[in-house]
Amino acid sequence: MSDQNSVMVSLTIDDKDISVPKGTLVVEAAKLLDTEIPVFCYHPKLESIGACRLCMVEIGLPVIDRATGEKVLEADGSVKLNFGKGQVTSCTTVVSEGMVVRTQTDGVKKTRADMLEFLLTSHPLDCPVCDKGGECPLQDLTMTYGHDTSRMDFQDKIRLDKRVPLGELIVLDKERCIQCARCIRFQDEVADDPVIEFHMRGRRLEIVTFSDPGFDSIWGGNTTDICPVGALTTSDFRFGARPWELNPVASICSHCPVGCNITMDTRREAASGGRRVIKRISPRQNEAVNEIWICDKGRFVHHFADAPDRLTHPLVRRDGRLEPVSWDEALDFVAGKLQQHKAAVAGIAGGRLSNEDYFEFQRLFREGLGSGNIDLAERRLAGGDVVAQVGIASGSNLLDLKKGDAVLVVTANLHEESPVWWLRVKQAADRGANVVVINVCETRLDKHATHVIRYAPGQGLKTVSDLLALARVDTGTTGEGDLAAAATALMEAQNLVVFYGAEGLTYPETDTLARMLANLLLLKQGEGDDAKAHAGRVNNGLIPVWSYANEQGAWDLGIHPAYGPAYKALAEPGLSAADIYAGVDDGSLKALFVMGADPVGDGLMNGRGKLSFLVVQELFMSETAALADVVLPAQSWAEREGTFTSGERRVQRYYPAIPPMGEARPDWQILAQIGERAGLGKPLIAASLAFKELAKAVALYKDMTYQTLSRVEQQWPIISSTEFYYGGTAHINSQGLGQQWAAGAESGVPAPYDLPAEPKPTSVDGFRIVRIPALYMPGTLINHTELLAQRVARPTLYLNPTDAVNFADGEPLAVTVGDETFDVEAAVSDSVPAGLGLLRGVPGARLAGFEPATVTRRPVAELVAAA
Amino acid sequence: MLREKYADEIDALLARFPQKKSAVLHLMHLAQNEYGYMSDEAMKEVAEILDLDPTHVMSLAGFYSLYYEEPVGKYVLEVCNDLACALRGADKFVEMASRKLDIPVDGTTNDGLFTLKTVMCLGACDRAPMLQCNLKFYENLDETKFDNMIADLRARAAEGDADPSVVERIFSYIK
Amino acid sequence: MEYVLLRHREIPNLKKLDVYREHGGYEGLKKALSMTQAEVIDLIKASNLRGRGGAGFGTGIKWSFIPKNAPDTYVLINTDESETGTFKDRELIENNPHQVIEGALIAAYAIGSRLVFNYMRGEFMDAAYAFEEALQECRAAGIIGQNILGSDYSVDFYTHYGAGAYICGEETALIESLAGNLGQPWSKPPFPAIEGLYSKPTVVNNTETLANVPMIMVNGPDWFKAMGTPQSPGPKIVCISGHVEKPGNYEVTMGMTYRELLAMAGGMRGGKKFKALLPSGGSGPIVVEDALDAPLTYEGLTPFDSVMGSASLIFMDEDTDMVWATLKVIHFFRHESCGKCTPCREGTFWLERVVERVYYGRGTEADIKLLESITSGMKGKCLCALGEFATSPIVSSIKHFLPEYKAKVAAGMNGKVTRAAAAAVR
Ligand SMILES: Cc1cc2nc3c(=O)[nH]c(=O)nc-3n(C[C@H](O)[C@H](O)[C@H](O)COP(=O)(O)O)c2cc1C
Ligand code: SF4
Ligand code: FES
Repeated sequence: MSDQNSVMVSLTIDDKDISVPKGTLVVEAAKLLDTEIPVFCYHPKLESIGACRLCMVEIGLPVIDRATGEKVLEADGSVKLNFGKGQVTSCTTVVSEGMVVRTQTDGVKKTRADMLEFLLTSHPLDCPVCDKGGECPLQDLTMTYGHDTSRMDFQDKIRLDKRVPLGELIVLDKERCIQCARCIRFQDEVADDPVIEFHMRGRRLEIVTFSDPGFDSIWGGNTTDICPVGALTTSDFRFGARPWELNPVASICSHCPVGCNITMDTRREAASGGRRVIKRISPRQNEAVNEIWICDKGRFVHHFADAPDRLTHPLVRRDGRLEPVSWDEALDFVAGKLQQHKAAVAGIAGGRLSNEDYFEFQRLFREGLGSGNIDLAERRLAGGDVVAQVGIASGSNLLDLKKGDAVLVVTANLHEESPVWWLRVKQAADRGANVVVINVCETRLDKHATHVIRYAPGQGLKTVSDLLALARVDTGTTGEGDLAAAATALMEAQNLVVFYGAEGLTYPETDTLARMLANLLLLKQGEGDDAKAHAGRVNNGLIPVWSYANEQGAWDLGIHPAYGPAYKALAEPGLSAADIYAGVDDGSLKALFVMGADPVGDGLMNGRGKLSFLVVQELFMSETAALADVVLPAQSWAEREGTFTSGERRVQRYYPAIPPMGEARPDWQILAQIGERAGLGKPLIAASLAFKELAKAVALYKDMTYQTLSRVEQQWPIISSTEFYYGGTAHINSQGLGQQWAAGAESGVPAPYDLPAEPKPTSVDGFRIVRIPALYMPGTLINHTELLAQRVARPTLYLNPTDAVNFADGEPLAVTVGDETFDVEAAVSDSVPAGLGLLRGVPGARLAGFEPATVTRRPVAELVAAA
Repeated sequence: MLREKYADEIDALLARFPQKKSAVLHLMHLAQNEYGYMSDEAMKEVAEILDLDPTHVMSLAGFYSLYYEEPVGKYVLEVCNDLACALRGADKFVEMASRKLDIPVDGTTNDGLFTLKTVMCLGACDRAPMLQCNLKFYENLDETKFDNMIADLRARAAEGDADPSVVERIFSYIK
Repeated sequence: MEYVLLRHREIPNLKKLDVYREHGGYEGLKKALSMTQAEVIDLIKASNLRGRGGAGFGTGIKWSFIPKNAPDTYVLINTDESETGTFKDRELIENNPHQVIEGALIAAYAIGSRLVFNYMRGEFMDAAYAFEEALQECRAAGIIGQNILGSDYSVDFYTHYGAGAYICGEETALIESLAGNLGQPWSKPPFPAIEGLYSKPTVVNNTETLANVPMIMVNGPDWFKAMGTPQSPGPKIVCISGHVEKPGNYEVTMGMTYRELLAMAGGMRGGKKFKALLPSGGSGPIVVEDALDAPLTYEGLTPFDSVMGSASLIFMDEDTDMVWATLKVIHFFRHESCGKCTPCREGTFWLERVVERVYYGRGTEADIKLLESITSGMKGKCLCALGEFATSPIVSSIKHFLPEYKAKVAAGMNGKVTRAAAAAVR
């Protein structure tokens, strides 16, 4: 009941008194008394439309004497009530003082039974084969409130198509739809992708899509959650299982830094040899993180966990071939080799491993092997140390941002990189918050922004530096134009949240960017003693748009050449990833440990170079693994316990959903077992204990245990309870809301950061290209999800018409940057700045900033051959 | 393309409304007039002019009965056979029309000239039987008048029917 | 009688601006512009002019709900006119457009609106040329546009065309449709006067309602109240159709009886006997002989469980098959239900199926009960009045003509009425 609790209103519902915040709907007030008012069209996250008429109740209002303003009394002294002409919909009626609500009268019961009977006249009643059967509000409410017989003549039923694909992801059963419009409203109000609508009218009303591709939205899966019947289903779950066979397991999405709370529904599957597999992923309510929504990537990209080509046994290279060995053999071998090369070892980790994994990883290297050469395989965004100081304050919730607040999004494309943050910023804009977007090209947020600042290629830092100057009211700087207006909007904001990403910036530039933005948050507003900075206050601070789900955890736990756990600067920094790859090439490094990353496949490392020992810990036989001396099979996050830390520094637990694949072990355990052999003592036997050790060693996490991370409290709105259905198949959260660690500024505002005097604009003569992100970027995990094949971003170069003089939309092109050439398709659009090519969907492209490039038309060999 | 052909009208039309989405029904009338029915192409064009998702235009095409989602004849004869008209012989009139044109209700003649439909009240109940043909009302009809009307339309079609349609005339006021 | 609304019947070419002005046109607007907004509203309130769109809500009161000094407000003329048996507004826009325009401009001035739309059903496009021409004339003459008639008040005025949906006559559906959305009504509150078109305060008035306004401005509220009854003052256009000799629009003062109106229309056609009357198109409950002496007022038919509504009188003679007539009407509502709310969407569909069954002789006695029961599930439960309207032909025809239903059921069971026998209904 977020922030309205200022004015309370008292009312009576079925003779029970209750006080609720002004503005509360009657249907919501009733939930607080555990009084069920059945609903279909109402959804607490959507505007009420009062369409299904199921929630009708009797409402009496006190009769007020016009002259005196007093309540009129009955003969018996009770307040005289006016019950109006009839029943009203409780989903559209706001509470008022002295209101008397009756939800259990004969009239109300008749309405419920009648509405259910009406709905069933056109319903197919194919419950035995319906995906929603067992968790279907229509079924449940009919049981509770319906007539026990039907008076509809079976002849009168209309037959409609039962399998209408709305695109390849979502399937509609026209007969089952009860026209509640939840799906349409979600797509329009929440997702701003109005790509499904009603067609026809009256009894013929049906859902259609006419977008290309069908149901063109990255949010479509959510409609299958909130559809109160089995009308909308995802094509991968359709006819896949009965809800009561499913075992729900709490988890955290591993695709981006938002850290959406999810539930994995699993079941034993004959087709998988009796193995328990993930049948579907749906959102789990966490109002501070993802509310009850997830993007389609999070929902659909899980099939990799069950992929048949997963690694199942430790492998050691013998006579040039990788052959299965026992764990002990492999571990002994690895430990021996690493110790042998002690001084010249290095470790590379991916960005989506657990905190426990990272902790053990750095411990193995720093304490076990005495090497500080550890880093993430690829860093595009810097500033973890800055975030530790001015990151969004603990206790913040983007849901609280409203009119008077502001959000700044710099060089990040939230819609593609961290969709739920996009959704929440967009909603903040809907609530009246000012949104400032600074980017080199158009993003999906622009439409909702109050200020859109476009900078010329290479001018990103300069633009932010100018903004910072304009924002410094203390210097008396005033300015005109868009940037000055944006600066004013930001500084006058009650609360300010800043997102930053790496679009069009090199890694060192992102470091400067983070510091500049920190300084923006550290600027004081107001006069004299009242002056306060944004940093350190709830609902204020910096959010990094990391490339991976747990890059934040990697920073926190010291997977960094220059920082140990908890941002302890190291006296003697180790080698960075770039240095490590160079060391592999030139032979200065002898042994490399790669965990959950594929630097060779990703084009970061040129093969195994002059390494004498390479060990790879992985899910799949990646390109790097194929070159290794030892390959250690790791468990996917779905198979084990662990924690991730989101970009908002919220540490969240996930739980094992499916059994381990083959002999795969959790990464942290493998590391600890190698550590034991390197003299680090007995390995811990459980993730919870590993976390305990971690929390002991890392001050930031000191207040956390697996128990505290799994704490929950009543969330508002109540979407569901064990007895009542309200919101959809989004799960209530009973397994943990996570914990945010406090940023430095919360306990004392730090001094501003030193900045380079005047950021040097990168030279930008001639045609340049810049890489732009895509949600469905081709990659190991997504490539294992056939369902998304059609949506995966195709290698494309977006060009302004003035740069596309020699070729047309859709033509095949070759883009050459340095000595690399990418095959792409041309997409010509006015929205692209002239002189700039936007490269999207090219997985191998290691571009940062604006690179000079040549673009040529590509001969289409296949076509020529075919002709 | 509507955008090119009716550039001035469309500009003037959009200027009328505080929100340009309001122009959608007008533009759909125009698109249907141009393409004969709400073809996929017609719907996409309207959507593009107004920055709408084409799904929205499709939704409206289904909701409003004056838009045809399937191809129809050059002249769409829509006879009102709602109660008030039916009390004055509209149903018999429909039967007669169907017989004369040799098509069932909702059918189109082989030459593609006529489609026969029945519709709800058109607001001309005092002059039943009546019909609208491409939005023009023909009232107080009987068999002879119907025959003449059909003959006249056939003749006009043969000459290429250069008269502006009702929609075109209305659009001429918009400019 | 002297016409107030259908003046074009006496004055040739009244649709031309100069003719209209010769006959006192735009004097009402001039007068309004010389008064304050509040004075105009008070004057209309004093006249007790009530909405002619069917619900009879006080026009001045409606205008007074618009928040004072709201920056953007709109006046929408409701010329959607799609109720079965209703054809009065069309005659006005076709023949006396300036009177409607003037009334709307007065309304716009009264609520401080700078933009007026006339929402006409798409089927009226041909009839609307006169209205479009009248608007052009007004623009040229400075009656619409900047500083109209030399005042410091400016206002724009445009037409809008629907595309075939009866529900768009319901004011909130009309607003949605005008905004380019699906023409489905919303559940009130919010009322249009507070959140209407583009969420701004909006007045929706029927065409005929507004046509009364200029004359009230000129002649004063007392002149208006001298016509009709205290509760239902003023003139009213009555649309008469069905089995009468001379169907058409008739302008009368309220209070006249339905029997007198029938006589005006030349009585029942061919000297047949009167059987039933739909007093408000398809939506008012059917009445029979005993109601004919009731006065045409907003309350006149209350004792007979019916309403004046839009005063669209459909007379039916002794030969009329009332189950057939009921089927026609429920078919209309099923066809026009927007589908948003459950009871209307499902109820109209179900009702049509059952009436159809009875009509074609496949029904049972239980079906007649079922019909009543379905309507009881709809009454008072629908989102807008359409669903409520749909129940009235069923309830009232069963009330008055139960034997006909029973006969159908009985005949059907004897196999005498077949589907083919009345195939023309659909
Ligand atoms: C289903 C339905 C259809 C309606 N159709 C019309 C109509 O065609 N014309 C009209 O003026 N009012 C119609 N109304 C009434 C309007 O909602 C509204 O009350 C009226 O336009 C107000 O104008 P008034 O106060 O001047 O009568 C309809 C109402 C309903 C529920
Ligand atoms: S498909 Fe489901 S959510 Fe959408 S309108 Fe139908 S019942 Fe409601
Ligand atoms: S009308 Fe209230 S829940 Fe549907």
